[in-house]
Amino acid sequence: MADHAVTTDHPPQLRHHFDDMHQQFDSATFGMWVFLLTEIMFFGGMFGAYTVYRSMYPDAFAATSNFMNPAFGAANTAVLIVSSLTMALAVRAAHLGQQKVLQIMLVLTMIFGTAFLVIKGFEYHEHWEQMKVPLIAGHWSWDGPLAPPQYAHQAQILFCFYFFMTGFHAIHMVVGLGIMTTILLMARKGSFGPTYYTPVEVSGLYWHFVDIVWIFLFPLLYLIGHTKNLI
Amino acid sequence: MSTALQEPQTETVNYLNAEYGWKSWLFTTDHKRIAVLYLISISVMFALGGVFAGLIRTELLTPEGDLFNSDTYNKVFTMHGVVMIFFFLIPSIPATFGNFLVPMMIGAKDLAFPRINLLSWYIYIAGALFALAAIVMGGVDTGWTFYTPFSTTYSNTFVITAAVGVFIAGFSSILTGLNFIVTVHKMRAPGMTWGRLPLFVWANYATALIQVLGTPVVAITLALVGLERAFHIGIFDPAIGGDPILFQHMFWFYSHPAVYIMILPGMGVISELVTCFSRKGVFGYSFIAGSSLGIAIIGFLVWGHHMFVTGMSMYAGLYFSLLTMFVAVPSAIKVFNWTATMFRGSISYETPMLYAFGFIGLFTIGGLTGLFLGTLGMDVHLTDTYFVVAHFHYVMVGGMVLAYMGALHFWWPKITGRLYPDGWGKFSALLVFVGFNLTFFPQFILGYMGQPRRYHAYAPEFQVLNVMSTAGASVLGVGFLIPLIYLLWSLRYGKPAGNNPWGAKGLEWTTQSPPTTFNFDETPIVTEEAYAYAKHEETHVG
Amino acid sequence: MSMQLPLWPEAASDIAVDIDHLYIYLSLVSVVMSILIFGVIFIFAIKYRRRGDEVPEPIHGSLRLEITWSIIPFLVMLTFFWWGAKIYFQNAVPPPNSMDVYSVGKQWMWKVQYPGGQREINELHVPIGRPVKITLASEDVIHSFFIPALRIKHDVVPGHYDIMWFNATKPGRYHLFCAEYCGTEHSGMVGWVTIMEPADYENWLAGNGSSGTMAQQGERLFEQLGCSSCHTQDRQGRGPSLRGVYGSRMQLSSGQTVVADDAFIRESILNPNAKVVTGYKPNVMPSFQGQISEEGILQLVVYIKSLGTTNAPGAPTAALQLPGATGRTTAALLAHPDGGKQ
Repeated sequence: MADHAVTTDHPPQLRHHFDDMHQQFDSATFGMWVFLLTEIMFFGGMFGAYTVYRSMYPDAFAATSNFMNPAFGAANTAVLIVSSLTMALAVRAAHLGQQKVLQIMLVLTMIFGTAFLVIKGFEYHEHWEQMKVPLIAGHWSWDGPLAPPQYAHQAQILFCFYFFMTGFHAIHMVVGLGIMTTILLMARKGSFGPTYYTPVEVSGLYWHFVDIVWIFLFPLLYLIGHTKNLI
Repeated sequence: MSTALQEPQTETVNYLNAEYGWKSWLFTTDHKRIAVLYLISISVMFALGGVFAGLIRTELLTPEGDLFNSDTYNKVFTMHGVVMIFFFLIPSIPATFGNFLVPMMIGAKDLAFPRINLLSWYIYIAGALFALAAIVMGGVDTGWTFYTPFSTTYSNTFVITAAVGVFIAGFSSILTGLNFIVTVHKMRAPGMTWGRLPLFVWANYATALIQVLGTPVVAITLALVGLERAFHIGIFDPAIGGDPILFQHMFWFYSHPAVYIMILPGMGVISELVTCFSRKGVFGYSFIAGSSLGIAIIGFLVWGHHMFVTGMSMYAGLYFSLLTMFVAVPSAIKVFNWTATMFRGSISYETPMLYAFGFIGLFTIGGLTGLFLGTLGMDVHLTDTYFVVAHFHYVMVGGMVLAYMGALHFWWPKITGRLYPDGWGKFSALLVFVGFNLTFFPQFILGYMGQPRRYHAYAPEFQVLNVMSTAGASVLGVGFLIPLIYLLWSLRYGKPAGNNPWGAKGLEWTTQSPPTTFNFDETPIVTEEAYAYAKHEETHVG
Repeated sequence: MSMQLPLWPEAASDIAVDIDHLYIYLSLVSVVMSILIFGVIFIFAIKYRRRGDEVPEPIHGSLRLEITWSIIPFLVMLTFFWWGAKIYFQNAVPPPNSMDVYSVGKQWMWKVQYPGGQREINELHVPIGRPVKITLASEDVIHSFFIPALRIKHDVVPGHYDIMWFNATKPGRYHLFCAEYCGTEHSGMVGWVTIMEPADYENWLAGNGSSGTMAQQGERLFEQLGCSSCHTQDRQGRGPSLRGVYGSRMQLSSGQTVVADDAFIRESILNPNAKVVTGYKPNVMPSFQGQISEEGILQLVVYIKSLGTTNAPGAPTAALQLPGATGRTTAALLAHPDGGKQ
């Protein structure tokens, strides 16, 4: 193989065990798709358990939906959808070799991603204030006109699923921001161009996936069964 | 690993001696070195699990619980299960021989993601350390199945530590599977079409699908168990609205397919062994390859057959029982095709082939007794008895461990470049076969008699069969110790193996033994189907 | 060492004989298949052993053979499936004339109570020739009620009632095991089932005097817990009168209907707001979670049942008093044979 390497064009990014850039790009992208398959099953397990309990206790779950704040949820949905757009533009910029645009889009994506986490933080804070954190002793109460006492236990389970699912999603967001930072640093060094933009493409796939998970979480946790007026 | 040769042959550069020093191992991205790292790690875990097995059988020599107290016994069988299943059987063949051979068999220089491959080993070690920590701190007593609400509320042992270990180890399995899928799709050498892939690669590919799709579900299930145990929200606690049976559904959704993670790669090994030692192309290639995929897919639909007596709906029971019969068909197809491959072959009886014979026989018994358990009315009596214990040991030990031993003896010359003494190999293969049957066949009878599993003390009339079982376990233990000795001996004193000691087909045998770091000097171009023994005149050894 | 070597468990029920037949059939098929595979491998291994450097011609396969050895084993397996399912279905629903026994599993013992009020621990006495229905409950973890001589087993899942039944045919003393691992003394959660001639059984019942029947014990609990102050006999209390309630179809305030069976009564005691009957307000009745044992709940269930059978001739219960007297339709029983699930 060494003989061939001398004669053929060997880009610096090509790792030794691949034949050419095309194979390397294909493998990385395909690998990310397979990884996302794993992620689907990972969130699928949570969604499955959630669905079982939702169908066991539909009324209780509807009641707890009233303690979610759809305004926060809707804002976050918008923020994430925009961040997906900027991410897609970043991939396009990398593909076209527009270094400046690529960096701007990556920064924008990270800003929106951070905004999502900040809003999520406000929301968690609201739950904390409203004593809707069943995991922590002293921060759980279930009373008031919107909290029919017969649902006390089931509401605890729903809130547990809420924190579990949004928490795992938030962890994925944090990981995504870490990846974006790395990609941004690489982009500043001018690592990407029309021949090599695999990491941007693959990170983009991941970012979109995390967005899509939220698109499912938002209606399931916030909207179904919500009876309170939004204003 | 390898030491300097005293043989007259001049030493060639290979993956073992390309670099020296511990760093060259711990930071390697060479799939073959990672395979060796895995081989050493899982051997340690196998030995540990084996010690627990020995303790169990010693306790069960007498009906009274006189060796340990019941808490200790419960911890011992739990740790036997956890260590053997999550830290030996699941990684066994894929992470060692799969890691070593899949790239070589398809003519690639490495797996698609070498660094992720190394990462998977570190993740495995991290998981194993948690499991070991749980053992050292005082053990776990939930059984390897972590059934709720016992595991979440009632157990006073280190459940979370052990669950974290299993959770972490799961990601090592996912990464291995991911690497295999991408490698098989994208890294095949020119001419290596899907229809020419060795059946071992097909088996590992099917396994990888289960690893990628099933493992995350058990991860999330164990995360829920940990959460429930730590905070007691009530997810699995019926007193406050939870459903303990939901845990079983989620657990078996992974853990039944996981059984196929543990057996499919073994089946792949047997396909390689039977063709090589019959010196003949495989009978029904597409059926063996397709049946691996069939098992992987249908395997996801049968989990409920573990739960026939939990009070699940009778119609659900019908569905799961029927699909269990379906999933047996591809396994039967494999057994028949292996047998047909031997027809008019040229059969020799080297050590790996003896293990293959053992596998086919014992797996047949294991599979047939599985049908007893998939049969609704029968399962009501047999479930949670020693019949189940015997059945899955026939599949897991009689099947997977024998395939693992066969693979070890078959590819040892390729991995180390040395031959082991074949006479000792045959002798210990025979010991394993006899010891295994003596250990586990009486357990079928015990199960039908009604001895429940996980019993520390048992009714006196069961003693004779238990004594037979314990006697068999001693023979089995010796059968596993002898290979340890002669294989280690062969590292220094074994004869050089040559490139292809068995006259086998397959790209891995076209390289030197041990192979060079990049496996092939030039990317091979494949022009023939797998196992084309009749195509070329080969020079055969012995 | 005890030198007995029993190889076959005793069969003391109708089901046991059926299961034995199925087991013999499965074993025969397995032995034939194993001998076939072992034999063919053995013959091939001898006949086609390597003699020299010959390279045999490959045989690529045969679609006809593949189909044959897929279809035939599958058809054989379908016979397993059909026979097993038949036994399973036949034994799912207790016959209407079953005798009731109640058992509560708790770490690490089986508590048994009889409608006559007799109570035992790790012992079960039943007569031959009469179907016996056992209602199972668990105080803590999952247990499994297993009587090998009767070839029956049922998990006992906390939070539910599980039901199993059998018709014993052979007097004797047989093992009772817990089959689902339940913690430290799991292997100590064992007992004996004594199967007796009907006359002996009557004597045994009479000789084990008790402080009143289960229904009377339930009535005492009903008073002690203060249930009777609201659930008055004359429909004037804050709660509904419980006369004739058992087995009737209740209209819930959520719009659904539910049959007042064992599981419903248990849930109403432990989580009264879960299913509130139309015309009554939620949050009136306190939960009795933690204040009453599973045995106590069973006594209350039997007591409430006794009110229904004695005093409610006109109540709409009769139509619903179906097999097993648990007040469920056969279809419901088929869907949830244990009766305790949601």
